[in-house]
Amino acid sequence: MHSLTRRHVMRLMLLGGTALAVPHAFAKEFGRGAGVPWAPSRGEIPYYGTSSDRFFTPEERETVAAICARLIPSDEDGPGATEADVVTFIDRQMAGFYGRGQHWYMKGPYGQGTATQGYQSEHPPAILYRSALAELETYCASQHEARFVDLSEDQQDTVLTGLDEEEIQFEGVSAKVFFDLLLKNAIEGFFADPIYGGNRDMIAWRYVGFPGTRYDYRDFVNHHGKAIPLEPVSLMGRPGWDRP
Amino acid sequence: MTKQLPGVDIVLVGFGWTGAIYAEKLTAAGLNVLALERGPWRDTPNDFATTFAQDELRYYWRHGMFQEASQATLTFRNNSAQTALPMRHWGSFLPGNGVGGAGVHWNGQTYRFLPSDFVARTHNEERYGPLPEHVTVQDYGVTYDELEPHFDFFEKICGICGQAGNLNGETVEGGNPFEGPRSDNYPNPPMQMTFSQDRFASAARELGLNPFPVPSANMSRAYVNPLGLQLAPCTYCGFCEKHGCGNYSKSSPQTTIIPVLMQRPNFALRTNSEVLSVEKAADGSRASGVTYIDANGDTFFQPAEVVVLCAYPLENTRLLLLSQIGEPYDPQSGDGVVGKNYCYQVMSSATVFYDEEFTNGFVGAGALGMVIDDYNGDNFDHSGLGFIGGGYIACHTTNARPIESHPVPDNVPSWGSRWKKAVRENFLKTTSVGVHGASMAHRSNYLDLDPTYTDTHGRPLLRMTYDFTLNDRRLTQHLTPIAQQIANGMGGREVKVNIRRGSYDSVPYQTTHNTGGTIMGADPRTSVVNRYCQSWDFPNLFVAGAGLFPQNAGYNPTGTVGALAYWSVDAIVNQYLRQPGPLVQP
Repeated sequence: MHSLTRRHVMRLMLLGGTALAVPHAFAKEFGRGAGVPWAPSRGEIPYYGTSSDRFFTPEERETVAAICARLIPSDEDGPGATEADVVTFIDRQMAGFYGRGQHWYMKGPYGQGTATQGYQSEHPPAILYRSALAELETYCASQHEARFVDLSEDQQDTVLTGLDEEEIQFEGVSAKVFFDLLLKNAIEGFFADPIYGGNRDMIAWRYVGFPGTRYDYRDFVNHHGKAIPLEPVSLMGRPGWDRP
Repeated sequence: MTKQLPGVDIVLVGFGWTGAIYAEKLTAAGLNVLALERGPWRDTPNDFATTFAQDELRYYWRHGMFQEASQATLTFRNNSAQTALPMRHWGSFLPGNGVGGAGVHWNGQTYRFLPSDFVARTHNEERYGPLPEHVTVQDYGVTYDELEPHFDFFEKICGICGQAGNLNGETVEGGNPFEGPRSDNYPNPPMQMTFSQDRFASAARELGLNPFPVPSANMSRAYVNPLGLQLAPCTYCGFCEKHGCGNYSKSSPQTTIIPVLMQRPNFALRTNSEVLSVEKAADGSRASGVTYIDANGDTFFQPAEVVVLCAYPLENTRLLLLSQIGEPYDPQSGDGVVGKNYCYQVMSSATVFYDEEFTNGFVGAGALGMVIDDYNGDNFDHSGLGFIGGGYIACHTTNARPIESHPVPDNVPSWGSRWKKAVRENFLKTTSVGVHGASMAHRSNYLDLDPTYTDTHGRPLLRMTYDFTLNDRRLTQHLTPIAQQIANGMGGREVKVNIRRGSYDSVPYQTTHNTGGTIMGADPRTSVVNRYCQSWDFPNLFVAGAGLFPQNAGYNPTGTVGALAYWSVDAIVNQYLRQPGPLVQP
């Protein structure tokens, strides 16, 4: 039997590592009668925002959590952003390609634009959050001599309504664009698969009755307008799958 | 430095539905075919496996399979007086990327346009008199009857599930009584309907309308297509549009054509290879091939006897403009053709909220629905209405993906406790009656190159100048109340009408049905390609896709896109190869 030299092993490791890290990055030729290509372990498993990376400072994180708790409140009707840990979802998103605006077209020049032209900030999402959160604290300090997190729920709601309805303006960054983005991200975090850090224990899916990432409802097509009692399942499975 | 490659018979630019169709027919005819695809390889077991395909955040909200806006987007404005700005991320529509293109993440609603849609100008002027000035609606130059065998073949390739309404001129109960004559029934029976469709069909019949099952590319049963490829029964999982199907249950290039192509020695596909321009022969009489760049940044010249543009309509238009082939459209004079007659779709709906009954929207599929065609095309009298065209009105149950689909009644705030409670109360108890309105061409709506913004290769982005027209507004104002009337008859607690008002907005998702820009027709002064989809300028250049539509009908485009591709490739194989040259004398 041949023994592999150290160089061979290194080379194999390097090639293997490259293939795993960027499976699609290289131009490749397929076909010429070779059939459909197949290789083991090439499946594109989810990895976006599944790491525990953080972007926010502790103070920013507190503020974002407090805002999310007003957008999707915990109340007598059921759990909200706090129980779903939406802030962890947003923090991870900001630390990844989404926060960096990596897949967005971010070349200048930047113009004000009409509402129908969409997002035109020169900032990618993470920097927009950072600038707007600083502006929000400046506003709260000047109006209430307090941080946002220390305001009463009613005061917080008044501030958020001011952002939503464009009554409060920030310097250098649009308060409305920030509010709309944060509301969108909060809803994403509430309802996305738990692999991304929010919707903890599928709490939001249970709350609305969504059975999650199941893949076969053929037995239920004839439901005749009746409820379908199914526990939710996430891409990670569900409690009980890995326990006796 | 550009590297010169050995020549091929045919080079295809882009490898989605139309690329796969051309490749299959041209390799079967013995030609050496090369497809160049900007994006990566994609296949069912690796890229849409059922262990991770149902990931709403990744595939819709983080655009997992769409064109990367960071590489190339387009700029947009509502009218020529505004400055166009880049769509920094996708919103209103979602161009595909990679092998299979948007055919991977479509819903699968597979219609044939009406016979009158192909002769829209002639038909409407004969019946109603001259069209208004600046309405640039045109005939296709090809008729429904000529396309019929190709519609039929595409439906058999896809295994479309539906109910014929007109078999060889005989009306068939339960189908669409307004459709053009079909030479054969659909290859598969309709999908199983759910509670919402039953309610919709009863309400529509009550009004004297003619509901029929949406023709579906989600399988109602196991099927083997004419190429010997197998499709499996749909499991109604509710992750069709914006997602790949892990069950081999949705027709796509991957499930219906590509595995056969990959066995053929005269077919090759290069991925991560983006075509930069179509090159012209020194004497200016023909296309000589294409220049493309690969992921390493190396550029290549690929000579070819025939070039077929099979990319998305927006990219086909940009490629012709960048390659300086055909006269660019000028909205001032109305002259020129490339970029002309950009059209879209005018969508509106009426949402029904129930108190007791559960609609269970998560038990859904992309093309699961009942539909009426009584107000589509010229199926109704337009006298005195002030518009032409129409749209289908349908009740689909496609999904309950919760980030996207959590409708609440009128007068509910958009956040806070009241919003949250309304989401919970209604999440499993709503359905929607949608209007899929046609979009008629207008002189002021067009595509050209942006003067300011460029892509990663430094080439100008495409610029879209578009707004809804008077015809669009009257159409949606006429049809939306009919949808509301049907919705009112579906036995819910309340109905919320979502009307299309104001200017076209590029932000909220509406539909990925962008048409025109490379339109077909009978006259080189008013169209980019002739009736066989062959360039008027270079006889060895062909164009595929919905960019061929002179205006957009009130249907999803893919059925007609497939039929036009089979019609065109048939003309290449049976006419052009025998005598290469213009198939129509200008």
